Amino acid sequence: MSLFFDIRRYSINDGPGIRITLFMKGCPLSCIWCHNPEGISLQKEKMYTRKKCIGCQTCVEYCPHQALKLTPNGILTDRKFCRLCDQCVAVCPTKAMEISGTEYSLDYLMREIEKETIFMDRSGGGVTFCGGEPLMHPDTLLELLHRCRTLGIHRTVDTTLFASPEVVSRVMEETDLFLVDLKLMDSGKHCYYCGVPNDRILSNLRMVAEAGKELLIRIPLIEGINADEENIRQSARFLFELPWKQKKVHLLPYHDIARNKHEKLGTRYNPEDIPMATPTEKTIEHCRFIFQTHEIEVIVGG
Amino acid sequence: MTTTTAQRAPHSASNFAPYVEANVYGMNDRIKRLRKETFEAEPSLSIERALIETAFYKENEGKYPIPILRALNFLEICKRKTIYIGRDELIVGERGPKPKSVPTFPELTCHSVEDLHVLNTRELQRYTISREDINRYEKEVIPYWKGRTQRERIFSHVPETWRNLYEVGLFTEFMEQRAPGHTALDGKIYHTGLLDLKERIAIELSNLDFMNDPEATDKQEELTAMSISCDAAILFAERHAELAEEMASKENNPDRKEELQIIAAICRRVPAHAPRTFWEAIQMYWFIHLGTITELNGWDAMNPGHFDQHLAPFYEREVAGGSLTRDEAKELLSCFWIKVNNHTAPPKVGITAKESGTYNDFTNINIGGVKLDGSNAVNEVSYIMLEVAEELHILQPGCSIHISASTPERFLRAGCKVIRQGHGYPSVFNPDIYIQELMRQGKTLHDAREGGCSGCIEVGAFGKEAYLLTGYLNVPKILEITLNNGFDPVSGKQVSIETGRAEEFKSYDGLYRAFLSQLRYIIDQKVRVSNYIDRMFAKYAPATFLSLFIDDCIARGKDYYNCGPRYNTTYIQCTGLGTVTDSLSSLKKHVFDDHTYTMGEMKEALAEDFKGLEAMRQYILNRTPFFGNDDEAADRIALSVYNDLYNTIEGKPNTKGGCFHLNMLSTTCHVYFGKMTGATPNGRLANTTISDGTSPSHGADTHGPSSVIKSLGKLDQVKSGGTLLNLRFLPALLKREEDVAKLASLICSYFALGGHHIQFNIVDTATLLAARQKPEDYRDLLVRMAGYSDYFNDMNADLQGDIIARTEQEAF
Repeated sequence: MSLFFDIRRYSINDGPGIRITLFMKGCPLSCIWCHNPEGISLQKEKMYTRKKCIGCQTCVEYCPHQALKLTPNGILTDRKFCRLCDQCVAVCPTKAMEISGTEYSLDYLMREIEKETIFMDRSGGGVTFCGGEPLMHPDTLLELLHRCRTLGIHRTVDTTLFASPEVVSRVMEETDLFLVDLKLMDSGKHCYYCGVPNDRILSNLRMVAEAGKELLIRIPLIEGINADEENIRQSARFLFELPWKQKKVHLLPYHDIARNKHEKLGTRYNPEDIPMATPTEKTIEHCRFIFQTHEIEVIVGG
Repeated sequence: MTTTTAQRAPHSASNFAPYVEANVYGMNDRIKRLRKETFEAEPSLSIERALIETAFYKENEGKYPIPILRALNFLEICKRKTIYIGRDELIVGERGPKPKSVPTFPELTCHSVEDLHVLNTRELQRYTISREDINRYEKEVIPYWKGRTQRERIFSHVPETWRNLYEVGLFTEFMEQRAPGHTALDGKIYHTGLLDLKERIAIELSNLDFMNDPEATDKQEELTAMSISCDAAILFAERHAELAEEMASKENNPDRKEELQIIAAICRRVPAHAPRTFWEAIQMYWFIHLGTITELNGWDAMNPGHFDQHLAPFYEREVAGGSLTRDEAKELLSCFWIKVNNHTAPPKVGITAKESGTYNDFTNINIGGVKLDGSNAVNEVSYIMLEVAEELHILQPGCSIHISASTPERFLRAGCKVIRQGHGYPSVFNPDIYIQELMRQGKTLHDAREGGCSGCIEVGAFGKEAYLLTGYLNVPKILEITLNNGFDPVSGKQVSIETGRAEEFKSYDGLYRAFLSQLRYIIDQKVRVSNYIDRMFAKYAPATFLSLFIDDCIARGKDYYNCGPRYNTTYIQCTGLGTVTDSLSSLKKHVFDDHTYTMGEMKEALAEDFKGLEAMRQYILNRTPFFGNDDEAADRIALSVYNDLYNTIEGKPNTKGGCFHLNMLSTTCHVYFGKMTGATPNGRLANTTISDGTSPSHGADTHGPSSVIKSLGKLDQVKSGGTLLNLRFLPALLKREEDVAKLASLICSYFALGGHHIQFNIVDTATLLAARQKPEDYRDLLVRMAGYSDYFNDMNADLQGDIIARTEQEAF
């Protein structure tokens, strides 16, 4: 069963026009800078927003497994006892307690998507599936993509392309635009920072490009990880050789915005304290220059 | 943050922030200087008009029929008031003796000595006045008007049942201290001078049938008064010509000398004759504007209507002929803009001062829209006006862009770029819907296409209609007294009829029926007094100058206030649709459907203002279907309330052959109403603002702007004479060119769903700081980045700080 961890409307950074974006839960990668860490696990997860908690302890009272207690740092969930049963979420008056990951029927999702048709029609928008990694849910994804096609809705898949070539090619048939993250060209480093090697990603990317699919490349630009001359040159060379029409990359300067979500998940952001920083204007300009010398247009930001 | 003021600029609660040099890039030196002067001028009170008028009334009251007395009074003011021509000005004329000097209108409301002291010393919306002037007012003005003012007559008449409801804040009454105005002009003044109008009046006078028309004598008086009013305005202009000539003779700078000579020639030409040039056309309008706001102090000043359309033929002809450049046209329009800004609203007193404390007098320049044949009306003047509005960034006039299906995308985007600046304007209107609204009210297609918005969001047929706003209705408070069987818990008084104890309602429908009974009773009270006030103005304060410009006053020989206009509409403005919907939704879900709380518990919580019940309040805030989320459960309630407001108000006859219609405007009144209303079942605390216009309650719309638009789109807006939607945006959502295009698409989507009006508040740092303090009111603030999105409220303090810093940087 596929879980979704968010549905966002008036999405204006995830493809053309005004879009509705569905966030699918679960990702084979585990990039240390991940913006949406609640999207990594395939399972439901408990999230707790300290700021919203008024300390009423209704959740403590209602928890059938005695997994909760009030501490000076707010409500603490003992994950040994918590069965993710939803009780605390149901009674929490402020929604400080939440479960990330909801199952929806396909009919429900289609209704939600169709509610936005007027905006899509007027703006040249559509639906975007992102995550996590939507390709981890090929059956759900394909069914939704197919149903959207029958309604004439533009479909974007925001993916790492870390999936079997079969899945990628099936999804390709039902997708109008791919947004693909290109993180690191060195497979060893990719493995170290993202948890998996990149060979599959690169070969799938080539396959998508060769099939003539619309493709936008997004590079999270992180000082200390991938903003170095060598990686950028390699990325530019790879993209230069890629047989794609758009020749356009988005550079997304790093931001440690994910700290916030780790706090809610009760996990630690960047536990090994790997140095990461927002690239300077100078670095960004230099990267832009490198891509431009490879005939690739650069857009900074989503 | 200050509560958003809906269709008005967000800063309109007071004057704009201190003068900033920064955004003056497009202006020449003259405009920079004039802009600085208008910024720095302090609003003050002038007693000149009151002195002239009092002396005139002492001498003449009782000697003439009322319309003629009023016209002669206007003539006397035009003859004797101080004439002002400022350094560098190209468009001339001030209502007071200098910029931002505001006269009083003691015939309507006579300020007491105490009022004047308060106005002189209060912190917000101050009007300075000297001690000598106060003393003189006390000696010469106040004694004469005591007991004779319109306001005193009105309040001595109103029934106790009305007063009970009025005093506790169930509704307001616009006309208790200012004259009805709410009008805008069509294009007739650009081809008809006042001398032409006098000829037309003479013909009507000669055609009066004293044998068969019982009203012939009344008509004769009214028409004679109109004719005198023409003389008054011509005289007023000629006095400007004389002053300009005198100044020219003393001027050493040859350029300015020439300008003054041109000004003198223009003032000799207009308004007596129709204008021939772009400059004359603007000055023509300005004299008419000044005349109407000097004669009386009508609500919402005056409005040129489709000014860009009226000016376009002059502009095009002169630019083609080489006698005018684009820059010169822009300079003249800038001078006009500054003139409007010089005209601060007259100071109010009593409840009206509480609900409308602003310097803004709400002249809303309509830009774009459609021509009389329905085709696109956008022209080069429209673009120049947008530039002027953006560059000047002054409180008045407000402006709006009118986007029909036939409007070019380029114009909409140009407007969106101004919206992005975060000044709160232009607001955006949908002619395709308001033309339908006007036609539903009985206007011809032709007259409906001449229509638009005069001040806020209310629409009317420009140049043909008196569409009077009579006051706001506090809809959430109607629910409050319904829950208390007609008793007002805030004042501790029984103010309305008994409709049953809330604890005994067996079902939601029972509660809703009681709510409707209260609504009907309260509307009846309101209508009764509005109709009375209508007659008071018709009898005692006819607007014989304004009547000249509204068809068919001359043809009918009747005043603007007395059935003269072709159409006569009375609006009641219903405020707080979001708050009342969410409150009903909360009662339905938590009391009647889920039985989470009993009615007794709910009422107790409201009485206690949720003290000690924060968990309950939060549960309600987070677990109730609220309006503005494209949620059927909530939207169905909103729809039924809206339809019942319509059913209750629509079609009640007024005294002028027209009828009452529904309007959904709130201006700044939702703040006053909030203060008069206890805690509401949607979790809103006592004294806090209720929702504005048809916008969702603050922070209730958590699904983003598209869902708000879907919810609003479910109301059949053609039934109203205006709805109002205020959306809050972080500047980051409008950063790139393509974001602006997406905003344009969002607007078009709303209009395709039948939206009447939309306006955007681009959130500034101050708002975000406020959101940190009071998160529940700001649950709608979205933060968007690629592949990531979150709500501002859900972020931790560090990240919020970061967003605030970025907003600061990225502010345009």
